[in-house]
Amino acid sequence: MTALTDLTVAGIRDGVRDGAFSAREVAEDFNAAVASAKALNAFIIETPDHALAAADAADAARSAGTLKPLSGVPIGMKDLFATAGYQTTAASHMLEGFVPPYDATVAGKLFEAGAGMLGKLNLDQFAMGSSNETSYFGNVVSPWRRNDGGNASLAPGGSSGGSSAAIAARIVPAATGTDTGGSIRQPAAFTGISGIKPTYGRCSRWGIVAFASSLDQAGPMARDVRDCAILLEAMSGFDPKDATSLDLPVPNWEALLSSDLKGKKIGIPKEYRVEGMPAEIDALWERGIAMVKDAGAEVIDVSLPHTRYALATYYIIAPAEASSNLARYDGVRYGLRDLPDGANLQDMYAATRAEGFGAEVKRRILIGTYVLSAGFYDAYYTKAQRVRALIARDFEQAFEQCDLLLTPTAPSAAFALGEKNDDPLAMYLNDVFTVPASLAGLPAMSVPAGLDEKGLPLGLQIIGRPLDEQGVLNAGLAIEQRAGFSARPKQWW
Amino acid sequence: MSVDAATVRKIASLARIAATEAEVEAMVPELNNILGWIEQLSEVDTSGIEPLAAVIPNTLRLREDKVTDGGIREKVLQNAPQAEHGFFAVPKVIE
Repeated sequence: MTALTDLTVAGIRDGVRDGAFSAREVAEDFNAAVASAKALNAFIIETPDHALAAADAADAARSAGTLKPLSGVPIGMKDLFATAGYQTTAASHMLEGFVPPYDATVAGKLFEAGAGMLGKLNLDQFAMGSSNETSYFGNVVSPWRRNDGGNASLAPGGSSGGSSAAIAARIVPAATGTDTGGSIRQPAAFTGISGIKPTYGRCSRWGIVAFASSLDQAGPMARDVRDCAILLEAMSGFDPKDATSLDLPVPNWEALLSSDLKGKKIGIPKEYRVEGMPAEIDALWERGIAMVKDAGAEVIDVSLPHTRYALATYYIIAPAEASSNLARYDGVRYGLRDLPDGANLQDMYAATRAEGFGAEVKRRILIGTYVLSAGFYDAYYTKAQRVRALIARDFEQAFEQCDLLLTPTAPSAAFALGEKNDDPLAMYLNDVFTVPASLAGLPAMSVPAGLDEKGLPLGLQIIGRPLDEQGVLNAGLAIEQRAGFSARPKQWW
Repeated sequence: MSVDAATVRKIASLARIAATEAEVEAMVPELNNILGWIEQLSEVDTSGIEPLAAVIPNTLRLREDKVTDGGIREKVLQNAPQAEHGFFAVPKVIE
């Protein structure tokens, strides 16, 4: 029999419903898997009691005939989502010990749908990073290792690196992620799992620790496309508490899944063929093109001429919004307070923020403060907003010719921990393929499509028109079925 | 444009982040490296392009003008580093 921890979300849901096993058994097995995987450092806190309570509720609901969409399914929660009664840190010293009295809207929706929580997952501090190395609680270690005999610890991607590592290691069946410039898609690609960032506004941002508000979007990460569809349905929906939430019905994405791409046109943006991209990534992309053709799609070349300016645009806009959002951490209302002897209020602010923020967070706050400061605002921030408009227009024009775009998710496989630490710019360049869709607010997902020569997973990215999550999921499913990705990391933890 | 130590000290002060001299010195080249890189945007012709603030068209909503929460003082204060008499407490700000 398949181990319960090898089941997908759909498998657990259906098995509990059919009585093949109890939700309690599922929760106990995952709790044990979580407890035995400390070497991955994927969790900041474990919450086995929450998972067990939800499981018992699911088993009772089955007897009563009142099962909910996620009854019996335990998940991991990125520690950027506020969870009532459970510490929520954003992987920062600033919020260490912060216990919110409320649930983030998305977390509440998942619990309301019957899901239990296995724990709060590690991430880059305030979601700022691409490798999980900026966490105050130590970096997550990817469960994957190169097949070259070395034991180099690899980055699980970031910022949702606890989520990606835990899913790949099969210690959670699925998890929440958030994506500001690629923080769902890049870690999914690095660990051989799937993840979707929906259209900006689909998921409420309320109760998610804010990074860059015009970009932040929650989304699910899981082992396959169907599971992403199931979870996204539970996470999406209008929320009056978020001014940018879209007041639209939530489609029944799972029921409408179809890997038949007949009649679909898929664009290949030539600007994504960047200099220095490994031949393996190019070959993977070619295989992806063959897969969507095999599924019935027509493939055409398109151009997104401002792609090369996306990263610089992002690294003005995101730090600017971060410097504003993170002004709230003042040592007064919640979080850390550092009050040196004899200090006045201003000294307290400065000491608290010096102590509570890590180096990368400070770097971004300072960049953001600089580009927003008097005399520089127009040259940097307004200019970046104008280029952002051009990047969004590129996509609009491409979508006049095609329905979806297919690109690699990241320019390389997972790198080793420490490899890009000394150079913030080298780390930023890792987001080159994911940032443009974020700037345009478009739905985009990564699906695993193959392994590189060192045995590490590589992902392909599908980008869709605003609100066309269905098209993105369907193309993802077509690739998933043809790629037949079944590799999993060998257990060493 | 590039920054020097005095500018970094000023930005850090605006951002209310205390920084030692050594930290300021270390940040000067780091920030200049990043600022030099984002400088490339100046080569993009953006004349006649409106700055984009909201990516997905959405309208601001009005709601009924009535109280929707409140009465949760204890919850509001429960994470405060220092709360006194039902208020957030801070160091003395008046001499």
